[in-house]
Amino acid sequence: MNNMSATTTTMTMKAAAMNQSKVSARGVQVYYGDKHAIKDVAIEIHPRSVTAFIGPSGCGKSTFLRCINRMNDTISSCRVEGHIAIDGEDIYDPKVDPVQLRAKVGMVFQKPNPFPKSIYENVAYGPRIHGLASRKSELDDIVASALQKAGLWNEVKDRLDAPGTGLSGGQQQRLCIARAVAVSPEVILMDEPCSALDPIATAKVEELIHELRENFTIVIVTHSMQQAARVSQRTAMFHLGNLVEVDDTDKIFTNPDDQRTQDYIMGRFG
Amino acid sequence: MIDITVPADRATVAPSKSILTVDARTRQRHAAEARFRLMGKIAVAISVLALVGLLTSILSNGLSSFRQTYITLNVYLDPAKLDKQGNRDPEAVAKVTTFSYAPLIEKALTDAMVAKGIAIEGLNAKGASELISKEAPANLRRYVLSDPSVIGETVSFDLLASGRIDGYYKGRVTMESAELDRNISPEQLMLADELKQAGILTTKFNWDFFTAPDSSDTRPEASGLGVAILGSAYMMLIVLVLSLPLGVAASIYLEEFAPQNRFTDLIEVNIANLAAVPSIVFGILGLAVFINFVGLPQSAPIVGGLVLTLMTLPTIIIATRAALKAVPPSIRDAALGVGASKMQSVFHHVLPLAMPGILTGTIIGLAQALGETAPLLLIGMVAFVREYPAGPPEGFFDPASALPVQVYNWTQRGDPAFVERASGAIIVLLVFLVAMNLIAIILRRRFERRW
Repeated sequence: MNNMSATTTTMTMKAAAMNQSKVSARGVQVYYGDKHAIKDVAIEIHPRSVTAFIGPSGCGKSTFLRCINRMNDTISSCRVEGHIAIDGEDIYDPKVDPVQLRAKVGMVFQKPNPFPKSIYENVAYGPRIHGLASRKSELDDIVASALQKAGLWNEVKDRLDAPGTGLSGGQQQRLCIARAVAVSPEVILMDEPCSALDPIATAKVEELIHELRENFTIVIVTHSMQQAARVSQRTAMFHLGNLVEVDDTDKIFTNPDDQRTQDYIMGRFG
Repeated sequence: MIDITVPADRATVAPSKSILTVDARTRQRHAAEARFRLMGKIAVAISVLALVGLLTSILSNGLSSFRQTYITLNVYLDPAKLDKQGNRDPEAVAKVTTFSYAPLIEKALTDAMVAKGIAIEGLNAKGASELISKEAPANLRRYVLSDPSVIGETVSFDLLASGRIDGYYKGRVTMESAELDRNISPEQLMLADELKQAGILTTKFNWDFFTAPDSSDTRPEASGLGVAILGSAYMMLIVLVLSLPLGVAASIYLEEFAPQNRFTDLIEVNIANLAAVPSIVFGILGLAVFINFVGLPQSAPIVGGLVLTLMTLPTIIIATRAALKAVPPSIRDAALGVGASKMQSVFHHVLPLAMPGILTGTIIGLAQALGETAPLLLIGMVAFVREYPAGPPEGFFDPASALPVQVYNWTQRGDPAFVERASGAIIVLLVFLVAMNLIAIILRRRFERRW
């Protein structure tokens, strides 16, 4: 927004883009050294909805997910080409600071990875480094509201000083979601968030994703077809680095256009 | 779905063997395991034996150095000899040399013998006074100089017994060996026994061993580790202050920030090799660079500290990098995922988790440096130093000794009393090393956290 040279044209383009999609990718190519991991992917991700990425292992869905908040920057051999925009702003623009981007695009990982600190510190860390609270009471409010949004508040409100690593796996994952939510991101990326959880904890996280959809744009990578069908409004099918097809979840699961999607959903490969 | 077809006739072809009988092949495997276990036990037994043998020899030789024989006498500090002007002027008192104190001690001993009715045939006053160390008059003089007002009084003073007398009570000197020794006679030993019975000659804990400076070849009884302990402490301080921040900063940069390319690979290989370079090479480097080129003083803890820093750096870097590597990458991802910068993720999350490993590596590096001798010999720390270095930081530039070098130095001396001293110094060194390792373990326990 501090770019004073922004012309009216780009402003209208931005407005137009906002109406239909939160994240828009065009011609994205990702290379790990010589390996071509993502091939010319183009996708529109709708705001305030859940988009699921499905596909067999190694198809590039996680790689593409990590492009959206530039987590791939940390891998030195990884090279990303093409265009990914959030609200019409190119996130691979040289002017973009990935640190700032990641405050806007939060991430939840496959394995619950709370910091080895107290529950409170886990959630407060993000707001603190981004300077979101000027007083202790404000920070307390942010922590409480993030934990409430993550559906963890009632379970931990009496032991905020207890170590986050002492919680159960499902609670840890919800703590990680609270940690991501506390920074007030616009997009939350989830990389197989339930793969390390039991069915009960999974159900809780899915319920939570359902609620979070009202305020956030969520992209979730999953290996579970049922999960994609349960939580997402749109589903994207990846195969061997290609985006096979993306459409409404109902359509993908009932009447996909591509034979490969059909086969994958039926469990014929993958 | 996989269909497994079992050959119908298999059961008849190979009849199932009973698990109650052990077949030859299994027996062979068990025998191999038993052989390996036995070899392992033998290896452990040999190492334990070697260690026990080493410790026993050091302790049996060295423990006696923590006790020392003293002769307690009431010395009359004669003003006629010590302060001829009679005004207790410190400068005038300071002009009186050690030689003037010797007769006072001799007289005190004669008086004590007369009082207790001790007389040994064939031993004159001078012979009797040889029981007392030549260092004793110097100690007495130092005592008087620190407080000239005691002149004119009679003071009870613990005087060091000579090395041979001390050795007599530690089993090093016998009546037979005294016959052949021109430094001691059997009469003197008899006098010592009489004095011991009269309660004048006693054996006490040897605090001077920890505080006194080194002494000349003829006075092993007076030698102590004071200068060496101070020198070693100064060097450890320098090593800690220089190598910890340098090593940790270098490892964090190499591990977390540096790009992976030929140049960093080269640095990595060199650091690994540097850890294996013989320590004497670092001594030559220190001599060439710090003393000859930079012009730092010889025998000074600053040079020793710098050389040992160079030696310790690779150890610390390797340990720190291993500790950083052991922090799970998920922690870094978590921090970056909420928008922490690279530096914040390292300093807020990775470094605290790596702390126990870093501290352990540092202390083990320091312990290594504490026991290092060879490079110090080359930079002149083997010199005979009797003056205490000043307090830090000026003291870093004063000549000093170091514990391992002191051990080396004492083993070179002729008098057998120095063998005991050297073993005692080894015990002190070992105690320091064990203490440092204990600290490493305690720190590791304290900082260790689950994740």
